[in-house]
Amino acid sequence: MAQPAIELSGVEKRYGAHAALAGVSLAVGVGEFTALVGGSGSGKTTLLKTINRLVVPDAGAVRVMGEDVAAVEPPVLRRRIGYVFQETGLFPHLTVGENIAITPRLLGWDKARISARIDALLDLVALPRGVATRAPAELSGGQRQRVGVARALAAEPALMLMDEPFGALDPLTRDALGTDYRALHDRLGLTTVMVTHDMAEAVLLADRIVVLKDGRIVADGKPGDLIANTRDPDVRALLEAPKRQAERLRERLGGGA
Amino acid sequence: MNGRLDAAFALLPEYLGWHVLLSASALGLGVAISLPLAIAAARSPRLRWPLLAGASLIQTIPSLALLALFYPLLLALSSLARQATGHGFSALGFLPSLLALTLYSMLPILRNGAAAILGIDPAVREAADGVGMTARQRLFQVELPLAAPVIMAGVRTAAVWTIGAATLSTPVGQTSLGNYIFAGLQTENWVFVLFGCAASAVLALIADQLLGLMEAGARTRKPVLAVVGAVGLVAGIALAVSPLAGFGKPAAYTIGAKNFSEQYILAEVIAGRLQAAGAEVRRKEDLGSAVAYRALAAGEIDVYVDYSGTLWSNVLGRKDNPGRAEVLKQLTAELKRRDGVVVLGSLGFENAYAFVMRPDRAQALGVASLADLAREAPKLTLGSDLEFLSRPEWKAVDTAYGFGFKTKKSYQPTFMYRALSGGEADVISAFSSDGRIAADGLIVLTDPKAAIPPYDAVVLIAPKRAGDRRLLGALSPLIGKVSVEAMRAANYSVDRDQAKASPAEAARALEERMPLGK
Repeated sequence: MAQPAIELSGVEKRYGAHAALAGVSLAVGVGEFTALVGGSGSGKTTLLKTINRLVVPDAGAVRVMGEDVAAVEPPVLRRRIGYVFQETGLFPHLTVGENIAITPRLLGWDKARISARIDALLDLVALPRGVATRAPAELSGGQRQRVGVARALAAEPALMLMDEPFGALDPLTRDALGTDYRALHDRLGLTTVMVTHDMAEAVLLADRIVVLKDGRIVADGKPGDLIANTRDPDVRALLEAPKRQAERLRERLGGGA
Repeated sequence: MNGRLDAAFALLPEYLGWHVLLSASALGLGVAISLPLAIAAARSPRLRWPLLAGASLIQTIPSLALLALFYPLLLALSSLARQATGHGFSALGFLPSLLALTLYSMLPILRNGAAAILGIDPAVREAADGVGMTARQRLFQVELPLAAPVIMAGVRTAAVWTIGAATLSTPVGQTSLGNYIFAGLQTENWVFVLFGCAASAVLALIADQLLGLMEAGARTRKPVLAVVGAVGLVAGIALAVSPLAGFGKPAAYTIGAKNFSEQYILAEVIAGRLQAAGAEVRRKEDLGSAVAYRALAAGEIDVYVDYSGTLWSNVLGRKDNPGRAEVLKQLTAELKRRDGVVVLGSLGFENAYAFVMRPDRAQALGVASLADLAREAPKLTLGSDLEFLSRPEWKAVDTAYGFGFKTKKSYQPTFMYRALSGGEADVISAFSSDGRIAADGLIVLTDPKAAIPPYDAVVLIAPKRAGDRRLLGALSPLIGKVSVEAMRAANYSVDRDQAKASPAEAARALEERMPLGK
């Protein structure tokens, strides 16, 4: 295997007596779309945040493109990594355009380059250019999350971290945004790690699914291989849920196309 | 009535200018200090409690007391600075007022600032970290802009408080809109009192509205509103302060006055003499009794009139009474030796503490002297001014006669006379040169044990002016020229209810009665 984009080795994180991560090792290849799946408190979001150092591990090492993240100034590290927040994480006092421009501005891009980038990104996430001057509060939930994706992509990162990015959206918007993002991932050659509690979403979008439980990885593989290789009953239940749902949907809707 | 209103308007540029300069400086300084403290309080739970409790504690100190406390503090610091560097600074006026008002303005800014920053959604803070902001960038680009509306609301509250409390800087020698209120209260010029209140209230309203515009701008993210508010504020301050440019040049002489009519009138007489001699003058009025002497000794005022008995008891701490001439002689020698203060001489009249009763009441009780009064005291109520009961003179008299009054009440001098005529007090500690004694036909009780020292009105000159020929030359002709009758008439013309004269008018009338011989 070539050098992994992300490499975690023996990462531990405790909050008081609770172990959020109990020795996690994981390598994510360049260009991979990985979904981190698990119930609440499984440690999936904590794991994601150790990658851009929003969470500092108690033990173990995290490397991004071969570089130990502890050796880089956190703001410098984070400007190189796109991050899409749960809900939206947009700044309410800035316009949509200013939100998108934030990381390029911190990196000191010139004005012309920034405004061209805003237009390009709005096109990319399929938003009309006119929204650039609006406040985030004037947009719908789906539009806001598209802005969140555009902001994360603004400084042309190779690596994208997404924390339940589509969790709060209605099913239709969620499906459309997921599909659009997957297309962007392929087109831009990104490496993406996405946290979700929805196995169906993980199966539909990701190349690889990593299941966490009590701060440990309990299953890891391609969507198709996982069910065959997993003996843990909880994980099986989690994996079979979308399958059962799909079967029941077919029955009730009378599809069969 | 119109005359008094005109007089009030004539003083407005100076009073308003100082008031605005003082309030704006205190508020600016308050924001500059409180905002970093608010940020620190929001960051550190360990700092939060002591900071907020400290600011609350300051707020519980009555504002007048806070202002008054800075005077002795600064006086001590100034003398330390003089010893260390050879240069002191004025402990009176602008500096103590500025410091006290700054402290006073801090609580709402500190409290709102800390609450606003703590109230920011943690998700927004994490997003700021996530997009790659440093702690500093997060503070200035995210936290402060989001906290701005709440912080501005705190600044508004602080502005209203500061403008109101700035009226209390008058007694520590800082000109403000409070000069209308304090002088008006003293001379029963209610037009002045109302004018001062109204001017201060209007000023507070205007400042509140302009800051409100800035707050609305911050809340609705319309920078135009904030800019309009800020420009209005700056223009307003510049406009109000501009008349002070002319006051900037140092006046040649500063004349002090305590807070009653006779003092205002005599300050005007002295001012008139100095101006006639071609000197520039400036007044510091409404000074507390102890403050005035210390300010003179420290050279912050150049000249004022005090009373021999006051200095004898309060400054020299003497309890004996060797007689009028001897008191004056020893006082002159002792003040010169101790502080370098020059006693130029007595103006010619006494303004002694005098126990005074209504004639009907005195007759009914058969009281003509303090000895008689001591006999009846357990049934009677004593009315006094605000400081008499804490002065050594009262202790001396009380020790000599052993009064034991039923009750003792303190009043602003104006209201003390009202209390006597209304029967709320049976006997009051009046002043012998007060015109109201003769006008109301009151009885002055005799002092057979000579427990009350003499109170010759004396002109005091600051040590640094001891050899100033122009000053001595202009004021020496006043010595021995003011009779008690003339002083009473002048005082009464200011204190009476009808056809009141201003202190300046009374001073001119008094001069005409003086056999000065130009």
